[in-house]
Amino acid sequence: MLTSADLDTLLLTLEVASLATLFMLLIGTPLAWWLARTNSAFKGLINAIVSLPLVLPPTVLGFYLLVLMGPAGVIGKLTTELGLGTLPFTFPGLVIASVLYSMPFVVQPLQAAFTSIGQQPLEAAATLRASPLDSFFSIIVPLTKPGFLTASILGFTHTVGEFGVVLMIGGNIPDKTRVVSVQIYNHVEALEYSEAHWLAGCLLAFSFTVLLILYTVLKTQPNVQQLK
Amino acid sequence: MPAITARFQLAYDQFSLDVDLLLPSTGITILFGPSGSGKTTLLRCIAGLEKAPKGFLEINGTIWQDSEHQVFLPTYQRNLGYVFQEANLFPHLSVEANLQYGIKRLDKRPNKAGFQNLLELLGIEHLLKRMPDRLSGGEKQRVAIARALALNPDILLMDEPLAALDFKRKQEILPFLTRLHQQLEIPVLYVTHSHQEVAQLTDTLVLLEDGKVQASGSLSETLSRLDLPFAQDKEASTVWQATLIAHETDYHLTRVAIAGDTLSLPSIDAPIGTSLRIQIYASDVSIALEKPKATSILNILPAIINDFTHDAYGQCIVQLKIGPQSLLAHITLKSAIILNLKCGMPVYVQIKGTSLLN
Repeated sequence: MLTSADLDTLLLTLEVASLATLFMLLIGTPLAWWLARTNSAFKGLINAIVSLPLVLPPTVLGFYLLVLMGPAGVIGKLTTELGLGTLPFTFPGLVIASVLYSMPFVVQPLQAAFTSIGQQPLEAAATLRASPLDSFFSIIVPLTKPGFLTASILGFTHTVGEFGVVLMIGGNIPDKTRVVSVQIYNHVEALEYSEAHWLAGCLLAFSFTVLLILYTVLKTQPNVQQLK
Repeated sequence: MPAITARFQLAYDQFSLDVDLLLPSTGITILFGPSGSGKTTLLRCIAGLEKAPKGFLEINGTIWQDSEHQVFLPTYQRNLGYVFQEANLFPHLSVEANLQYGIKRLDKRPNKAGFQNLLELLGIEHLLKRMPDRLSGGEKQRVAIARALALNPDILLMDEPLAALDFKRKQEILPFLTRLHQQLEIPVLYVTHSHQEVAQLTDTLVLLEDGKVQASGSLSETLSRLDLPFAQDKEASTVWQATLIAHETDYHLTRVAIAGDTLSLPSIDAPIGTSLRIQIYASDVSIALEKPKATSILNILPAIINDFTHDAYGQCIVQLKIGPQSLLAHITLKSAIILNLKCGMPVYVQIKGTSLLN
């Protein structure tokens, strides 16, 4: 059975993943829009940076974040100065790391959706008195709904499944940074295989259900790159 | 009275646009030219979808662009209607929601009667609840035209609105455009490379080539100019404005008046006094020095040879005047030499066939 400590890690995981998904959509949408439209020379560079977590071992990303956000790091110094303390091994730190880690899973489906829409609906909207912001919400968002759903689901599930980054930046603090994947690791380390089975089973069922919905109900076809 | 002043200069890698136009405040002005001549670019500059680095644009006293004073109104602030080559309806909105999209964003809602009128004029009342993917190509384009006109724009811009349609669909829409032409009180700029649309719709013709204006003027004047490619075309024709004066029911003929003369046309089902637009192909016109006496051809008119030229294939292109009207005739070079044609020479033209355009 799931212990109360296991349930706590499940809840914390959902909290981290929900918050991270929200921030990813807020940051990822304008970023994906810019990447889909721009002819800027920086496009390749920004694309490469955003996609880096796809190919980088999570521990490497976690390590650099730990260094940057630690007391001696640039971000760490800034947050200390602002009276926020340092971010590693805190809940906000974990959310920030998750956002960076799962960002490509949000940006890439959105960017693909925005690119496929092309210039025409926007031009039509402009000739019908819609300002750029107006046409984004009245035309682009409804037309790219599948892209937004794919982005949200992939971003959310990928955050739920992370381990390496969490361990590096979040550690293993109950109720603060101990998420499901870490808890499974704890159980296995303690040879508590039946507890590990329960949690692992939950995650497996969750991930499978989500993907099933993605492929059958929404009929989206995330390409290989989007799913890594 | 010219109401549209448009000057644009713009250069891309392979293409440059350099135009300076004064256009009338009513009627259809057709921007005509081969692909790559800049007609769509010119239309996009007028809409503000393209920003010419140097440009001045004034529509009915409102300045939309003045690059010297850093004035550039974005498209959504210009009171225009735009019809794209592809209908470009919003696929997630019903026909009605598509039509309302622009109206909702106006400061002043147009009156309902006008909107109803528009639906009737374009024959789309029965389509309102449908989604765009349930419409035929012709229906989509009619909805797109209504969507643009529903805004009560100061100017209507149409970018080859029929080019994406097959012949049958074109024939289905042209009558609607002709009706629009008679009822609209705003200027229409219409891009096309179809001779048929030119003959049927134009009041003013602007001929573009390589991003420059080659000629602009009234349709009959421009069509019959020998220095322009129209007159050389195999399908060269002249378009006349005529008035229906009598029906000859026994012969299934109708008589129309043009510039002090009359023509017999195949029976036209319209009341006397109707204004008609008729097209005469240059290949249907022959020339005689004396009035032919025994001939099966009904329409024989006195004319004066105004000018002529010939092409490299033994064809002579003759420009004639009948009163103030111009007429083109394509005859063989050999005939021209045998007849010893000269400018100012009085002759008779025999018109073998005419076609009615409205």
